[in-house]
Amino acid sequence: MVQTLSPMKIAVCIKQVPTREWQPRLADDGRSIREQDASWELNEPDAYALEEALRLREAHGGEVVVCTAGPARAAMVLREALARGADRAIHVEDAALGHADAMAVGAVLAEACGGEAFDLILTGLQSDDQGYAQTGVVLAARLGLPHATIIMDVKIDGGRLRVKRELEGGWFQWVGMPLPAVLTIQSGINQLRYATLKGIMAAKKKEIRKAAPSAPVTPRVEILSLYVPQKSKRTEIVSGGPAEAAAALVKKLREDARVI
Amino acid sequence: MVLVIAEQRNGTLNRASWEAIAAGQQLAAGSPVTVAVAGAGSEQAAKELAAADVAGVIAVTGAQVEHYTADGWVAAHAAVVASVAPQWVVLPHTYQTRDFAPALAVKLDRALVTDCTGIKTVDGKPAFTRPMYQGKLAADVRPLGEAPWLVTFQIGAFRGDQAKRGASPANTRMDATVEAAAIRQVPEEPFQEARQAVDLSEAERIVAVGRGIKGPEHLPLAQALAEALHAEVAASRPICDSGWLPMERQIGSSGQTVAPKLYVAVGISGAIQHVVGMKGARTIVAINKDAEAPIFEVADYGYVGDLFEFLPALTAELKK
Repeated sequence: MVQTLSPMKIAVCIKQVPTREWQPRLADDGRSIREQDASWELNEPDAYALEEALRLREAHGGEVVVCTAGPARAAMVLREALARGADRAIHVEDAALGHADAMAVGAVLAEACGGEAFDLILTGLQSDDQGYAQTGVVLAARLGLPHATIIMDVKIDGGRLRVKRELEGGWFQWVGMPLPAVLTIQSGINQLRYATLKGIMAAKKKEIRKAAPSAPVTPRVEILSLYVPQKSKRTEIVSGGPAEAAAALVKKLREDARVI
Repeated sequence: MVLVIAEQRNGTLNRASWEAIAAGQQLAAGSPVTVAVAGAGSEQAAKELAAADVAGVIAVTGAQVEHYTADGWVAAHAAVVASVAPQWVVLPHTYQTRDFAPALAVKLDRALVTDCTGIKTVDGKPAFTRPMYQGKLAADVRPLGEAPWLVTFQIGAFRGDQAKRGASPANTRMDATVEAAAIRQVPEEPFQEARQAVDLSEAERIVAVGRGIKGPEHLPLAQALAEALHAEVAASRPICDSGWLPMERQIGSSGQTVAPKLYVAVGISGAIQHVVGMKGARTIVAINKDAEAPIFEVADYGYVGDLFEFLPALTAELKK
């Protein structure tokens, strides 16, 4: 298929989340985490969204703008994205955004993206922290743009999008829609690139524009309590050295569980 | 009053619809429950749903809701919500719900709580339990603002067979008056990519590997264990994304759902997207270096330590 090549102005909405290795500790209020103990990284599905945007820019030309709504610490993931190849960044900064729900974050991002006239807005399908899986769709609805979610392939031809939606259980579906549009990207859509030293140096000269929400961040969901989940099962831990533990486990699987 | 939005395709109900009805009945606590189901085949699905102990079933029909589109579903269900005027709108947390429910909430300007696993009463009012931080923590949350509040429930959080049956409710039909021009998505026919050459749902034993395996060069350790157990090899999503094992061996919400006699989770942290695909296993063994990994919440047996030492020891023990 011949693709019409016109430059694309692409936004990627990203979030800073605690790392996968982070061991949660709760704050004294019992409703949030102890942020000072957390180490942070770029939300993994957002990394795939960024990579997809960089590939679309390579194919069509144009600009990739990364955008985050978060407290001051979130600037770290913007610099990371600039080092991977994004052209510039927008940081909507507010302390209340650190633990805001998806409806609140989507509203703030819509305000930040609204004036930019992006052709395409990408974000990850959900965040590894609160995991509401709403932000991208809220953003689309707020901007009045069409959207599709859990996307595994993006094609652009003649000013129209054709995207591959993942359904459940190994099913997929192609969906067409006009540009501009919002897509939420599934992990695994591409192979990620990482920042090079050259990229890190170049990022230092790139712009991070700061903005503030025009109105106070309004929560739509209240966290009443946050806690370590209760186990649904009692786990019998086999202990000892590898050989000893293996022998104990095989005995239990044969004699108690009777599954081998 | 609770409105449950059920899901069906060509007359076949998504079984998560019955789970949503069970959740809706619990939340209603005796007040009426109405079920809405849209799309081609919705009238047939509505007949099946009429077995439920609910006040009414609405089949939402019309040219613009024949096939699923986000725009069509938002417009049609906004009209259903306006007509039913519920306190709560309950949906199963399926991929389709994830595609349209947040836009429906924006259109209604109401709060939406997603991926809930339970309903509690806190200070005399409903609150919802949901996983946070990849299942490392759980939260009790409450939607704010005015009714109706939208809530989605995780697949498997409620049991469909425990939805109360038997009121023989009135079945009604509602025409979705949606203009064709209002629908911007053009859907094509769903398809299956990989021939499901391996039907893992039939496997009696499964050895599944996750990020902890570190690289494809270590897969033979898991394969040797699987051979000794007469088990199939499967994986969590990141392993298939990296191409270390084919997509058709993926367990979880985007892969296969399995319920074997024995499930051995090797280096799998137990993110909820994986756990929904395997928590029906009769016996679950978790092998992980992190004693706090959420996989231990569903495991019957666990080994906390280095899988590279433990797998060979376990394989050797089985071969004795």
